[in-house]
Amino acid sequence: MRLAFAFSVYYYLMPRDVASLVDTLAEIVGPRHVRTALPERVTYAKDGLPTHRRVPGVVVLPGSRDEVIAVVRLLGALGMPFVPRGAGTGLSGGALADGDAVLIVLTRLNRILKIDARNRLAVVEPGVVNVRLSVAAAPHGLQYTPDPSSQTACTIGGNVAENAGGPHCLKYGVTATHVLALEVALADGRVVELGSPGGEPWGPDLVGLFVGSEGNFGVATRIAVRLLPVARAVRTLLADFTSLRTAGEAVSAVIASGIVPAALEMMDQSCIQAVEDSVYAAGYPRDAAAVLLAELDGAHEAAVAADAETIEAVLRAHGARSVLVAADAQQREKLWLGRKKAFGAMGRLSRDLVVQDAVVPRSTLPDVLETIARIAAEYGLTVSNVFHAGDGNLHPNISFDGRTPGLRERVEAASAEIMATCIAAGGTITGEHGIGLDKLRYMPLLFDGDSLAAMRAVRHVWDPEERVNPGKVVPVHACREWAGTRNAERGTRNESPDVRSDFRVPTSALET
Amino acid sequence: MSLLDRVRALLGDEAVEVAATADGVPRVAPASPDAVALLLGTAREEGWRVRIEGAGTWLPADAPADLALTTRRLDKIPAIEPQDLSATAEAGIGCDLLRQQLADRGTWLALDPPGLAGRTLGSIVATATAGPLRQGFGPVRDHLLGVTFVTGDGRLVHSGGRVVKNVAGYDLTRLEAGAFGAFGVIVLVHLRLRALPRADQTLVLEGSREDLTQVAEDIAVAGIQPAAHELMSPALARRERWLLAVRFAGSAALVAAEEAGLRTATGGRFAPLRADEGHSLWMRAAESFATRPVAFRVGGLPDSSDELLDLLQHQIGDEWISASPAIGTIRWGGEATIDRLKRLRRTLAGLEVPLTLERAPWPVRSAVGHFGAYREGVGPLVAGLRRTFDPGEAFVVAAEGAE
Repeated sequence: MRLAFAFSVYYYLMPRDVASLVDTLAEIVGPRHVRTALPERVTYAKDGLPTHRRVPGVVVLPGSRDEVIAVVRLLGALGMPFVPRGAGTGLSGGALADGDAVLIVLTRLNRILKIDARNRLAVVEPGVVNVRLSVAAAPHGLQYTPDPSSQTACTIGGNVAENAGGPHCLKYGVTATHVLALEVALADGRVVELGSPGGEPWGPDLVGLFVGSEGNFGVATRIAVRLLPVARAVRTLLADFTSLRTAGEAVSAVIASGIVPAALEMMDQSCIQAVEDSVYAAGYPRDAAAVLLAELDGAHEAAVAADAETIEAVLRAHGARSVLVAADAQQREKLWLGRKKAFGAMGRLSRDLVVQDAVVPRSTLPDVLETIARIAAEYGLTVSNVFHAGDGNLHPNISFDGRTPGLRERVEAASAEIMATCIAAGGTITGEHGIGLDKLRYMPLLFDGDSLAAMRAVRHVWDPEERVNPGKVVPVHACREWAGTRNAERGTRNESPDVRSDFRVPTSALET
Repeated sequence: MSLLDRVRALLGDEAVEVAATADGVPRVAPASPDAVALLLGTAREEGWRVRIEGAGTWLPADAPADLALTTRRLDKIPAIEPQDLSATAEAGIGCDLLRQQLADRGTWLALDPPGLAGRTLGSIVATATAGPLRQGFGPVRDHLLGVTFVTGDGRLVHSGGRVVKNVAGYDLTRLEAGAFGAFGVIVLVHLRLRALPRADQTLVLEGSREDLTQVAEDIAVAGIQPAAHELMSPALARRERWLLAVRFAGSAALVAAEEAGLRTATGGRFAPLRADEGHSLWMRAAESFATRPVAFRVGGLPDSSDELLDLLQHQIGDEWISASPAIGTIRWGGEATIDRLKRLRRTLAGLEVPLTLERAPWPVRSAVGHFGAYREGVGPLVAGLRRTFDPGEAFVVAAEGAE
């Protein structure tokens, strides 16, 4: 069985070395936590995006920070590529490993190491599931705010890698806003600590650089995050519209009103139907062209109520057919459940679903939504929109059956046109899902050769041999030449230069 | 051909027709990002050492260099988009002008950095100097959607964009914010804006530091969320005693509710200021830091604020202090020797608290460094990044200080 998987790792290792690698990994993490059989490895061949499939050479599941570091050191010594992975809920193919790479699955590192209520921070391992942290912080009146739709499954380590967003990031900011400090195992197994629990960097903002680097700079082994008070007052509004354009215009009106909703989400008719046909039926009006779900929150009941009244008036003045204000927590949860489970509900539409991700300036939403509808019609595809309208963060979702000949190609071509439309509107190709494999080809549409080369050169500072999550984020062929890049291509390591530093901070702020 | 003749030939006469520097270093003012790239490409070929200047009101224009590159002609505002709450501005624009133009369009950049009102946007981003509004609206990096910068060998690099969410590529924008120009000259900035607050109210309470620290704690525990919540030393506040200033900004309903909450939590001890008085308090406090030769910030935890204030008082004095006790950030201004600053940084590092030197004359900052202390293993990363963005060591930036 061992040799059945070993074909591709031969690229790096002789057969007996492969056996030796597996044995050594097993010594580090225990034999149960090294997966070599093909059926086991196939389990990890996809993430949440159905269009990419890669079967990793070996899967290893370390159970502690020390085991992660030992595994990374071993792979560093062997010069083998590896890919860190959380729960595998990503939507860009970012956590897929080829047969010549080792997949390091971090879900067993799932301990919440500290909740410091006084200073409103928590220290967690990377495999902690997002929603678990908020549950653990709730008795202190605190929460971890970034709330991706997959928050009941995705891990905070994965959120850090992708700089994940979520509905409530409109008011409270994406993952990067909430990460204070990190402990990171670099490509060669050296361990560095970035940032400080107070959020002030030691020098340049390497935490800010690391968050969203899609695993290219190393493996986060401990993460300190900011917690925020749970809002004491909440109002949730559902506005429905008879045209997508009007709904898009209402979004701009809300943003320009000066009140920042906690969330402002939009669903189009196709999505409404899917939700209402599912067990998550939320009572969205089936005949609406679009609904907007707006949430206001804050510390004061009177202020939130007043702001909600203002937003309701803005929505009505900008074409809302009706506005429903959730009467109680139960109704609010029902309205949200429909939104949060919309992706699951869309699974009813067809066998496969591509969840796309792009961002446009909010004022261009009406035009861009119309263009997307036209693209869908031209390619004969079903595109449903459920997205973070307040951020201009679109999720045009293409439902299809991948078994139909030629359909995948049409999906790819339509996706490319949607991306080009968003770029032309002044937007970007991903707001929260990352580049991964899926968006690599669009990067040169957004960045010139020097800017891409700068990213690649930065990557080489962390990982000179491009061994960590290879082949992701930066399309190498589109990079212009850069001094550091040439060195790495010759295979020479960047030496560790002397740093003129008065002294070094020897201790860890993340020890618990 | 002299250096200035060379620059004239490259960029035209107007690029060198700017006020001379006090120390005789030739000063050049490129008028476009491309001109900055051309100049730095040439600097790399010629081996010129370049210091970066904005309006010259924050960091003194005193670093030894062959050439002073000022961004002051990069002063355009290509876009203000009220419906998107975003703007694009060149780095050399003075913040007073930017602020005025934003206000005319009903928008607001929720940053109140220390220094004079005319400080350039590029200076604020490069030094990541946020002010008291950091409490409610976050540090400088949270206000940035993207930047364009020019590397030490003249490459124009774009990062981020002008939309409010963006994870395409590595976040070089956050790397540039607070790097003091070590990784490039910031030439263009895409900003996240807010709507101009409908209501903006400042309330103050004078008292002993101990008393006000307790009040600050009460405010945090009561769940009140001010836009700013600042403990100011008597000299800074121009009062007899310490001052706790609380600022609420937002909708009228929000500000009224927060004020009521503050009254309940503190027994009505705070006195509201008129709009002009409030504006003047915050403005004067910000400007005071430009009048002191040295300024630094320390970033601790909220529950260590009091201890850190004691430490500062003991080691370096507490005449010019502005502290945000609810987030643990303290800004200090005054006069300080190299030895004192180094000793303080060492003590703070032992407490896991970073000290960032924001402003000082060249002899001080070259010896102490803006950063000066790194955790184990971070120094080589920073050095690698510097080599990546400035392979010829063109930029004269005292990132680390001397041994």
